[in-house]
Amino acid sequence: MQPYSIEMAWFKRDKKGIITSTQDKKEAPDGIWNKCPQCKKPLHYAEQVENNYVCHYCNFHLRIGSAEYFALLFDNNEYTELYGNLMSADPLNFVDTKKYTERIIDSIAKTGLKDAIRAAHGKIKGQDIVIACMDFNFIGGSMGSVVGEKIARSINYCIENKVPFLLISKSGGARMMEAAFSLMQMAKTAAKLALLSRAKIPYISLLTDPTTGGVTASYAMLGDINIAEPEALIGFAGPRVIKETIKKDLPKGFQTSEFVLEHGFLDFIVDRREMKNRIASFISLMNN
Amino acid sequence: MTTSFDFEKPIADLLQQIEKVQQIAEKTKVDMSGTLEELNQQLNTTREQIYSNLTGWQKVQISRHPERPYTLQYIEMMCQDFIELHGDRTVKDDKAIVGGFASIGGQTVMVIGHQKGTNTKLRQFRNFGMANPEGYRKALRLMKLAEKFNKPVITLIDTPGAFPGLEAEERGQGEAIARNLLEMSVLRVPVICVVIGEGASGGALGIGIGDKVLMLEHSWYSVISPENCSAILWRTWDFKERAAECLKLTADDMLKNRLIDGIIPEPLGGAHYNPAMMGGILKERILNELAELKNKDIDTVVTERINKFCAMGVVVE
Ligand SMILES: [Zn+2]
Repeated sequence: MQPYSIEMAWFKRDKKGIITSTQDKKEAPDGIWNKCPQCKKPLHYAEQVENNYVCHYCNFHLRIGSAEYFALLFDNNEYTELYGNLMSADPLNFVDTKKYTERIIDSIAKTGLKDAIRAAHGKIKGQDIVIACMDFNFIGGSMGSVVGEKIARSINYCIENKVPFLLISKSGGARMMEAAFSLMQMAKTAAKLALLSRAKIPYISLLTDPTTGGVTASYAMLGDINIAEPEALIGFAGPRVIKETIKKDLPKGFQTSEFVLEHGFLDFIVDRREMKNRIASFISLMNN
Repeated sequence: MTTSFDFEKPIADLLQQIEKVQQIAEKTKVDMSGTLEELNQQLNTTREQIYSNLTGWQKVQISRHPERPYTLQYIEMMCQDFIELHGDRTVKDDKAIVGGFASIGGQTVMVIGHQKGTNTKLRQFRNFGMANPEGYRKALRLMKLAEKFNKPVITLIDTPGAFPGLEAEERGQGEAIARNLLEMSVLRVPVICVVIGEGASGGALGIGIGDKVLMLEHSWYSVISPENCSAILWRTWDFKERAAECLKLTADDMLKNRLIDGIIPEPLGGAHYNPAMMGGILKERILNELAELKNKDIDTVVTERINKFCAMGVVVE
């Protein structure tokens, strides 16, 4: 399993909810500018929002969080958040270079999030949908007990209310500070998805950059349809680990969405600017 | 025993001492049976002391002992009429996972397990017990076969992890493991899983969803190996002992955290010290668990299995 990456997320949400990058922020008289991580051209904040956080110049999909995905997909950005009070415990009293409890408190303060996933019920083009969306900014989007429990409860909710389920994955994998508790979230979410499947309620898995490790090896790959954003990193083992194992350079495009589609594990790749339409039309086809 | 660990030095010293006394006795024809008996008693006490106070890291070392029994050896010790079945019907036959129908205590079961090699050549042949997607898919095919003919499934887990290779990614390692988790959670026959050595991450869990998940006394089970955990959290391999403690990966800790259902004791000195005895203990436990599960109707068994895994995790509200 690929554990979470400690790499800094490119974007951080500050207290005003404005998206800024830590390194490339430039204050301009009329707002905030970022550099596109791919083509390095300056992007104005308002333009990013308008273009659904996709670079105008090179179509790079900027890394965004649950708030942005909810705004993108729910009609009028209206939704009821589900199980929003769940927070991580520290069942193993885990201490590495830092206490896990401190890590959680710091992450909450830094991100304004309670954990690495949020779930909400709302409408997409007038149709009911529950969306659970991972946040990479919270300890690398790592999957601990809260992620598993929130997914499990959301699935219960979907079964009880007969609502389709969309899960947006964005994760470095397991949360090591919860060790085997984290591992068992794979089993827990897969078991719940078996029940959702038995209830014949549509489950769409949307994989975004990055989706690796235990998340790939559980709920992310178990959709009735698996779809992905362009050029996302999707895999079980991390590229570095594979490279060290096979002692060869990896082929270009290895473990991208396009690669995974080509090998038969995705149904289609969806540009973020067409995402709402495509998902809504799939749900409409299932509903009618 | 050819391999002994640092922490077994007192045992090795005593063994050496005993050998010396025996040699002297033989040479001088002096009766030294009193001394020998004393030393042997001391050996037993020392062994008991060491083996009842093992650290997490020491258990990890024991779980990797090259003479520890692996799946095929257990099958040979516990079962009759084993018919090994091969292939995932799509790509190939993975040598790191073996399986087939066998008879245990007079009843037919499907036994599936990770397989490590017993010498350098075979270790490579078995890919060190690291399965590719086709291994997990073969396992699922065999489980479905068992379900069709209403035979219980027994899985033996012993892997340092699913193989992180190029072809493994091309053929969907993540999907293969994920599919097994989902299918095993609703498989309509009793499933017993036993961690017999290393239980590393998704590679172990991929054949690890059962009504009874048991661990041998000196096996380990966690989300990552202590070495890799150390490399990631401390940026060096030097903290593997510390990582092994932090991960709470021993059978005792896993049972205490209610992430497994039971512990199977090993012979004094570990499974490798007396494989025949270990095989007997494991067989008896499997038969007891099977008898218990056969008393329940399958709907109850499956519901309880799902509920058990869904109860795992600790959150604050
Ligand atoms: Zn760009």
